[in-house]
Amino acid sequence: MTEPLLVGTDLHKMYGTTPALRGSSLTVRAGEIVAVMGSSGSGKSTLLHCLAGIVRPDDGTVVYAGREISAMSDVERSALRRRDFGFVFQFGQLVPELTCVENVALPLRLDGVRRKEAERRARVWLDRLEVGDVAAKLPGQISGGQGQRVAVARALVTEPKVVFADEPTGALDSLNGEKVMQLLGQAARDTGAAVVLVTHEPRVAAYADREVVVRDGASLDLERVA
Amino acid sequence: MSIGHSFLGLLEGKPRHGYDLKRAYDERFSPGRPLHHGQVYATLSRLLKNGLVVVDGLEPGEGPERKRYAVTDAGITDVQAWLSQPEKPEPYLQSVLYTKVVLALMTGRPADEILDVQRTEHLRLMRDVTRRKTGGDLAEQLICDHALFHLEADLRWLELTAARLNELAARVRP
Amino acid sequence: MSPSWLRELLLGARMALAGGRSGLARAALTAVGVGLGVAMLLAAVSIPHMMQARSDRGASRADQNYGTQVERTDRSTLVGETDMAYRTDGIRGRLLQAEGADPALPPGLTALPRPGEMAVSPALARLLLSPDGALLRERLHYPATAIIGDKGLQGPGELAFYLGSDKLTADTPGVGRRNAFGDENTSEGLDPVLLLLVVIIFVVLLLPVAMFVASAIRFGGDSRDRRLAGVRLVGADTGMARRIAAGEAMLSALLGVAAGAVMFFAGRSFVGSVELMDITVFPSDVQPDPVLAALIVLAVPAAAVVVTVLSLRRVMIEPLGVVRRGGDTRRRLWWRLIMPVLGVLLLLPMVGSVSRSSEGFSEWQVIGGVCLILLGVATLLPWLVQSVVRRLHGGPVAWQLAVRRLQLDGSMSARAVTGVAVAVAGAIGLQMMFAAVEANYQQRTGQDPSRAQLYVATAMPHGWSDAAGVVAKLAATTGVTSVNPRAMLGLELPALPNGEQPGAALFLGDCAALSRIAEIGACTDGDAYLVDNPEAPTPAAGAAVTIRDGEAQTPWTVPAGARTVPPLSDPYYGLASGVLVTPAALPAAVRDRPGLQLQALLTVDPAAVDVADHVTNTRWELDQLGATWEINPTMVDNKFAQVRKGLFAGAAVTLLLIGASLLVVVLEQLRDRRRLLAVLVAFGTRRRTMSWAILWQTAVPVVLGLVLACAAGLALGAVLLRIIGEPVAIDWAGIGIVSALAGAVILLVTALSLPVLWRLMRAEGLRTE
Repeated sequence: MTEPLLVGTDLHKMYGTTPALRGSSLTVRAGEIVAVMGSSGSGKSTLLHCLAGIVRPDDGTVVYAGREISAMSDVERSALRRRDFGFVFQFGQLVPELTCVENVALPLRLDGVRRKEAERRARVWLDRLEVGDVAAKLPGQISGGQGQRVAVARALVTEPKVVFADEPTGALDSLNGEKVMQLLGQAARDTGAAVVLVTHEPRVAAYADREVVVRDGASLDLERVA
Repeated sequence: MSIGHSFLGLLEGKPRHGYDLKRAYDERFSPGRPLHHGQVYATLSRLLKNGLVVVDGLEPGEGPERKRYAVTDAGITDVQAWLSQPEKPEPYLQSVLYTKVVLALMTGRPADEILDVQRTEHLRLMRDVTRRKTGGDLAEQLICDHALFHLEADLRWLELTAARLNELAARVRP
Repeated sequence: MSPSWLRELLLGARMALAGGRSGLARAALTAVGVGLGVAMLLAAVSIPHMMQARSDRGASRADQNYGTQVERTDRSTLVGETDMAYRTDGIRGRLLQAEGADPALPPGLTALPRPGEMAVSPALARLLLSPDGALLRERLHYPATAIIGDKGLQGPGELAFYLGSDKLTADTPGVGRRNAFGDENTSEGLDPVLLLLVVIIFVVLLLPVAMFVASAIRFGGDSRDRRLAGVRLVGADTGMARRIAAGEAMLSALLGVAAGAVMFFAGRSFVGSVELMDITVFPSDVQPDPVLAALIVLAVPAAAVVVTVLSLRRVMIEPLGVVRRGGDTRRRLWWRLIMPVLGVLLLLPMVGSVSRSSEGFSEWQVIGGVCLILLGVATLLPWLVQSVVRRLHGGPVAWQLAVRRLQLDGSMSARAVTGVAVAVAGAIGLQMMFAAVEANYQQRTGQDPSRAQLYVATAMPHGWSDAAGVVAKLAATTGVTSVNPRAMLGLELPALPNGEQPGAALFLGDCAALSRIAEIGACTDGDAYLVDNPEAPTPAAGAAVTIRDGEAQTPWTVPAGARTVPPLSDPYYGLASGVLVTPAALPAAVRDRPGLQLQALLTVDPAAVDVADHVTNTRWELDQLGATWEINPTMVDNKFAQVRKGLFAGAAVTLLLIGASLLVVVLEQLRDRRRLLAVLVAFGTRRRTMSWAILWQTAVPVVLGLVLACAAGLALGAVLLRIIGEPVAIDWAGIGIVSALAGAVILLVTALSLPVLWRLMRAEGLRTE
């Protein structure tokens, strides 16, 4: 087994008076796909937000590649998310006024890559996800399945170490959902990216290497118990 | 479907007569499809022979119905092993799983563990099928999809049951 | 209107109220926005009545005879004018003395004050009682036995007094006889040029307010559209959805009108305690013009419906969501040009037709022309923004985000900026007109404040023999450093062959005083001099002339030995002219006539405070009917100064109002995008990048708006200048100031929206939905 890449330990998070996480832990190794399952409101999205450094946990630590994310400043965490992480959400994630290729190029440009180069690399990824033909279109002009594939391309264009996917197929039908998962899984394996996949659909979770269940804000690694 | 394990589980609560055993089983696990008497005797004599039950006492009268059976330590171990062993995921599992859950609840064992273990087994199989599907041709994919949908249905049932365990416990516990 | 129509309008009205907390918030926001606008419009249409009331009040107490003789009757009252200043405030003062048995009373008094007692306005009474009035108490130390009633005052804050006297005579200069107070012809109206300015100021300030009302009606339009989509889902057709929207808008507008009325009346009760431009107003004088007020009450809800229906034309409300049309539709230029061109065409016939002395002009033609030119800015701006933004590309991420957003939905941003652009265009046009007109209304007095700072005129009971005593008293006054005394009389010269009767000045003073008026050289008492000033007629030595001092006329021969001397510049009169005499050179009857007026030029210690008031106090003891003035190189026509102050106050309020509506629009846009913002944060977008994107997104339309506004403002200003016959001159400083103000409003709006942006950029946005 490879070294752990991302380790969240005993994470707690309250939203107002509602506890979202109550001592959740998760370890992600380089290149593996981990499905985080649980019913709605179980805290699985919050766990993802904490692991990705979007949200700072109230208690507990998140360590990525030996550095403690939970102790970093907002600026450092932002830079980390730009360079080492990629994100796919359920919907509403593409900037509606940018074309697809500009959307995919955005993370590169945020990190200072020149526009021409960024868009060239974006096109390569659009082709890999079989949506090269919509490059010049606006997100409002393409289908939901195409939109999710553009989003996957955007998550992978920086060749991140970890991709965080929060219900990436939640708004899609089975066929489109399967396609997006196949492409995401394949692309992640090709680039060696680990994937943290939050989903409540078993068939989507089946694309992962292993499963973690979040119940009432605590995560259970069932396979380790078994 | 293992009638023997069910009997052992039922006997774990208290010793019962053969007749009681049949009635309890029919009521809980097989309503509308009562066991034949022959099945009951055959099962009980196999359990006796394997030392999993013993005859605890005799009532006045004749016939096996008048014998009272009790579970042995070996019998309890056997039930435990059965409960903690996930079933091989396959269609129409729910009757076995249901039996296991109810018995666990009746005997005060942690029923959610049974569900978790089963769930992990199901997902493991789903991952295998998914892997096979990803590499396969269209026919293979369709066959795999059929299996996946069924497995998913079971998994959903497991999740739902897990969510309603407390409700079920209140029903089955006296 | 069919019943189903009505039902749908009512349904819309109910939805405005029943839309949960956000629906209520939206209705309230719109009501407050519309209310602010309506209150301002009501205030504006109250101004004509307010001005009329003020001028009526002024006319009813008029007491100037302008030289006409008034017969003495039972009703006669002698009135001495003694207006004065206290610090920066003007005080209206009158000496009153009964001449008949039943003397006429000025409005606001029930009886004439007895000699040595006074009636004061409430504001003056308060001032005299306050610590601030200490210095004034030394002057007006008389018992105040009555309060002047509101009928006799122009505003609640006016400082005025009537002082009873028994020393007035009808032939004293500054004293007049009245058998009744009030004069219908006395109120001075604005001349046509000022009227033109006032009309334009109103248009320029109120047009943006009207646009603000229109944009307030759109507040929360996006959430309204989503709600309507829900209505479509349960089976309403497009027409029904529109009528429901119209009903919703109408209710919000009606609430706004009600709120506006409340704000107006609440504001009105405060009006009495507000002093703006030295003017105070009685709340009862603030009454909206009934016709215009009715128009506002009807037009605002109607406009709400029209704006709503028009804005829905660009939106397709489908059961499952809202589709915004536009973006790819190319805006056409030609019809957008019609309005400004029509506006210029309306104004062009008026070129050269308005001057200070001309008859009136068609106010409606001006209002129409100016409105059309300014509305042209509103119609041209979306076209300009679209055509420029379409050509923009490249640049850093923040710029790309802003430009792309403008390309996709430029009309929204353009609309938000339109109000600012219209206000700026109008202000620039006005500013140009002001710069040109200002010169006309500022008269160079020729006075030189560097050599003397105060001028005091006071009558001497025993003529020139009192001069030394008066000078001593003035010189002893706090802050006074020197006193230069002289008297000025009039000389009537022999008639010219063409029948004209020329006049000249006769200065009386000692050698020291005369040596400051002209280069007299050697001087002893008894000398006389003729000032060599080709600009003014001067009698020859030995000529027979008449000395005129008030009513008194005395024949006199210019001394034969009078020398002709070169003039000097006098601090008060400028380059001197006429005849200079030492006291012994004048007949005693003239020199020592009771009431001869001493003019003293005073220099004061620049570090001393309230010198003018100390001097006025001294002068008041010497002669209540005298005068104390500051020496000033220019004199601004008071009416003009007030118009200009009004413009700046109005422009500030208008820009703030527009800024508020802009802020609402920006915040609404941000809130609509909270999820997207959260996603952008998730993949590591810096705050800085997003802040710049917001700034660019506002700044680009604003800069374009300012460019267009400058062009339209210059065109408007040029036409207006031609109308009043002034050469076209561009006032770059004015343009700079107005543009900078507008830019500051934009920066302020952006700055205020940043905290909300940053709050929305926290990850909580990912949790919703």
